[in-house]
Amino acid sequence: MNWLPDIFHRRKIYGDLAEEMRLHLEERTEQLMSEGMSRKEAEQTARRAFGNSTLLEERSRQVWQMPWVESLGSDLKLVFRRLRKSPGFAATVLLTLAIGIGANTAVFSVLNSVLFKPLSYPEAEQLVAVRLIAPGAAGLADFSNGLRLSPSMYFTFAEQNRTFQSLGVWIAGVANVTGLAQPHEVHTASITDGVLQTLSVPPLLGRWLLPAEQNPHGAKAVMLSYGYWQRRFGGDPSVIGRSIEVDSQPRQIVGVMPQGFRMVNADFDLLVPLGFDRNKQTLAGFGFQGMARLKPGVPIAQANADVTRMLPIWMDSWSNGPGFDSHFYEVWRITPALRPLKEEVIGSVGNVLWLVMGTIGVVMLIACTNVANLLLVRADARQQELAVRAALGAGRARIAWELLLESLCLGLLGGVLGVGIAYEGLRLLAAIGPANLPRLGEISLDVRSLGFTLGLSLFAGLLFGSIPALRYARARTTVALRGAGRTASVSRERQHSRDLLVVAQVAMALVLLVSAMLMIRTFQALRHVEPGFSQPEHVQTMRTSIPASLVADPQQVTRIQNSIADKLAAIPGVRSVGFASAAPMEGIESNWDEIYFKGKSMGDVTPLRLFKNVSPDYFRTTGTRLIAGRDLTWTEVYGLRPVAIISENLARESFGTPSAALGKQLREFEDMPWHEVIGVVEDVRENGVQDKAPAIVYWPSMMAGIYGPHTFDAARTVTFVLRSDRAGTEGLLNEMRQAVWSVNASLPLASVRTMQEIYSQSLARTSFTLVMLGIAGTMAFVLGIIGIYGVISYAVLQRTREIGIRLALGEQKGRLRWMFIRSALVLTGIGVAIGLAAAAGLMRLMKSLLFGVSPLDPFTYVSVLIVLAASAVLASYLPARRAAAVNPVEALRAE
Amino acid sequence: MPVANKPMTKSTARDLFPGALEMMILQSLRRQPAHGYALVQHIQQRSNNLLQVEEGSLYPALQRLLKADLVKARWDVSSTNRRVRTYQITASGLRRLEQEISSFEQMFEGILLVLNPGKSTAT
Repeated sequence: MNWLPDIFHRRKIYGDLAEEMRLHLEERTEQLMSEGMSRKEAEQTARRAFGNSTLLEERSRQVWQMPWVESLGSDLKLVFRRLRKSPGFAATVLLTLAIGIGANTAVFSVLNSVLFKPLSYPEAEQLVAVRLIAPGAAGLADFSNGLRLSPSMYFTFAEQNRTFQSLGVWIAGVANVTGLAQPHEVHTASITDGVLQTLSVPPLLGRWLLPAEQNPHGAKAVMLSYGYWQRRFGGDPSVIGRSIEVDSQPRQIVGVMPQGFRMVNADFDLLVPLGFDRNKQTLAGFGFQGMARLKPGVPIAQANADVTRMLPIWMDSWSNGPGFDSHFYEVWRITPALRPLKEEVIGSVGNVLWLVMGTIGVVMLIACTNVANLLLVRADARQQELAVRAALGAGRARIAWELLLESLCLGLLGGVLGVGIAYEGLRLLAAIGPANLPRLGEISLDVRSLGFTLGLSLFAGLLFGSIPALRYARARTTVALRGAGRTASVSRERQHSRDLLVVAQVAMALVLLVSAMLMIRTFQALRHVEPGFSQPEHVQTMRTSIPASLVADPQQVTRIQNSIADKLAAIPGVRSVGFASAAPMEGIESNWDEIYFKGKSMGDVTPLRLFKNVSPDYFRTTGTRLIAGRDLTWTEVYGLRPVAIISENLARESFGTPSAALGKQLREFEDMPWHEVIGVVEDVRENGVQDKAPAIVYWPSMMAGIYGPHTFDAARTVTFVLRSDRAGTEGLLNEMRQAVWSVNASLPLASVRTMQEIYSQSLARTSFTLVMLGIAGTMAFVLGIIGIYGVISYAVLQRTREIGIRLALGEQKGRLRWMFIRSALVLTGIGVAIGLAAAAGLMRLMKSLLFGVSPLDPFTYVSVLIVLAASAVLASYLPARRAAAVNPVEALRAE
Repeated sequence: MPVANKPMTKSTARDLFPGALEMMILQSLRRQPAHGYALVQHIQQRSNNLLQVEEGSLYPALQRLLKADLVKARWDVSSTNRRVRTYQITASGLRRLEQEISSFEQMFEGILLVLNPGKSTAT
């Protein structure tokens, strides 16, 4: 039966029915009157013959009703009437549930949007990140991203594969845009042909970049992101066909990508063709991220096999130059490690999110036990009523259903409020925008989240509702009727289930407190790590780039950079200035290469080392200590003198002590002149506080032999660092801007921030986890303490008579107080024991998030234990004091 | 099923069995469509007033038949110029009536056999 329209038609049906019955009576009456009766008599007779019209109408209506709906309706009415009568209880329960369910819904929405939802590209399940690993290349282990693709690999893979519909490589970068008001720096994604085909997102306006535009000698084109188009062109559709200068290269705008389109995990302003010159490619140049769209139905394993097949083809087809054994790379053991593009986007945030979900789930459980406790107390108060009803013949199922219905209603109402809280929470999250949370813009409350909320609300309702429902539906009526009278104090059984709930609460709260405490300890440990620079809050950073199209001559580039440094140093309050190809922890693509020391055998495999280009005074500015030797000079930079500075760990690894490394010579490749080590500096935690400091070679900012003999070049994109007490102030920023533009007005300033900000960002994952666990732990702790307090207070209330008798018989007040505190301590003790065991087991799962602290850190466990025990004593002392203050005469006279 | 009944005469008071009223309504409607009042009149006349159905009890039965799609109803004007709601049997109503009658006859025959063991009915 289709019941939904029924409900809407019912009104008409009922109307017809009433009318019909009225007409029937009327017809009968007229019939009788025509037979000679008076109107009054006829009406009475007609009614008598008709029967009880109200009852009959009711019965006729019932035909159209669903009995369970009607009875549910009346049950619900009762439930709400009862809740209205105890607003304090209802408010407490609803608030507890709303917070619990709200927090869970919010975290689930994040989990759902970040981890579960497919990426917002068409048929995203076919998308893979084309990654390689090279376990044989020492030093590569420091890369979290494995071995990237070289242009020659791109050509080989794109042309020879059998498993991809399309394949492309890309790299994120920055570029200067000139010719539009102020010169400014933009984020670019440089892409080859195949990238847009792989992502398959059509342009909002215009067209994609053409393969012909990938030719380095062909037409110059560029595409805009939706955001950049809106910001810089006000969303003007006539922008197609216009020309902008990107790194001083005029490029025609050919298209605009739609809103929300991201390059894997990067936001960009411009899409620029990569334009590899096929004739100039070598095997090397492993700097590009690969992506591909699998042919339908092709599993990743098959694609991996396909890439494995193509690697020898790649080695046979390309070379690093005459005399180079192109199968040299076999020792690197390059292996494909393709993975779904989604994993590339999500990264390692999954662990943290699951942990947060788990802890919030535990908080929910604690909230449920608290609510269950409240319901038990409430059902206790109704004990007698329920017993009377049972004695009068109400079925057990019926009573249980009523109790359960109340809990389900509470759960659902809590859920509705919870959705509101979750909505606000997510808005707050989006506003804060934790930098390490991918897909932040996609987070929303969708149908799945709401389904989760509904499920959770019902589950919670069943969970905390089933305890009183089971207890009281089962209760023997005789005992209840008698027990509620004067003879008994409190049934052991009833107190028992509340005790169990408290034990569970304490155990769960302990687990959460331990996890929160371990995160605090981790954070402390991280704060104590020497990052390799000092007082980052006084170091201002700023990035700028001088493209070859603007200034071709490297000497000139260095002069410009030198004058910028001088101008910056002349700003009042600036103590020193330097620059480097990247500041520590900045997250800028690192440069790696094999480094050879003269006269030192490197074994079969030369380790890859991180290298950077630095200016004189750079170390002094960042506060990186010089361990041995001396700093660079400008004379050495301009003179292209072959000198270098290395990190302490590299010096120790290669020569034993820092001073032993001085005077030693090193280089990257054969054609490069040997560079002499003139200084050794302290290790820098280049990849973040948590990661080991890598071995680093610091070359001068301009150096010879980079592309072979008689060549030289300067680092063109560099981060300037300034040490000043004014770091981070608006005034300093203005003066910096003027200083840079007084040297060259076409140069943009980008990434203007203090070292402290960069440093904090590297702690972001830990601090995010810490805050989440801290909130969860505090909630758990407070709920647990309220639970203990509630149970002991209630026990005192229930045992008032007993206390009165004890006092009348001469019990000491102190002993009486101790009796209640002791019972709280026993409960806490059992809870703590269970919690400790659980925590010891669970904390192993957190290991990857911890730093410098063991999952079994004794300090953490002991401190949490002391806090919990002290709080339990306090929570039970208050009601215990009340017990001792009972006046025996009043207690016995009561009732 | 609560089928209303009314003692006919004191000695022979008997509940109608469930479904009997519906069967009679369907049978009456098979002859011709009718409104509630006319149905009551018809049933009373045909039963020689042996079955004095409480008039109103017709209506729950009619609602059941309506819900089961065995009859349909529409507002109409009768020959005596009254506004009436006329019921009409549907095709599935006809089918149901046939089934009910044959199963009723079987039951009735069975009951008679038990009540009058001497007389065997001719087959």
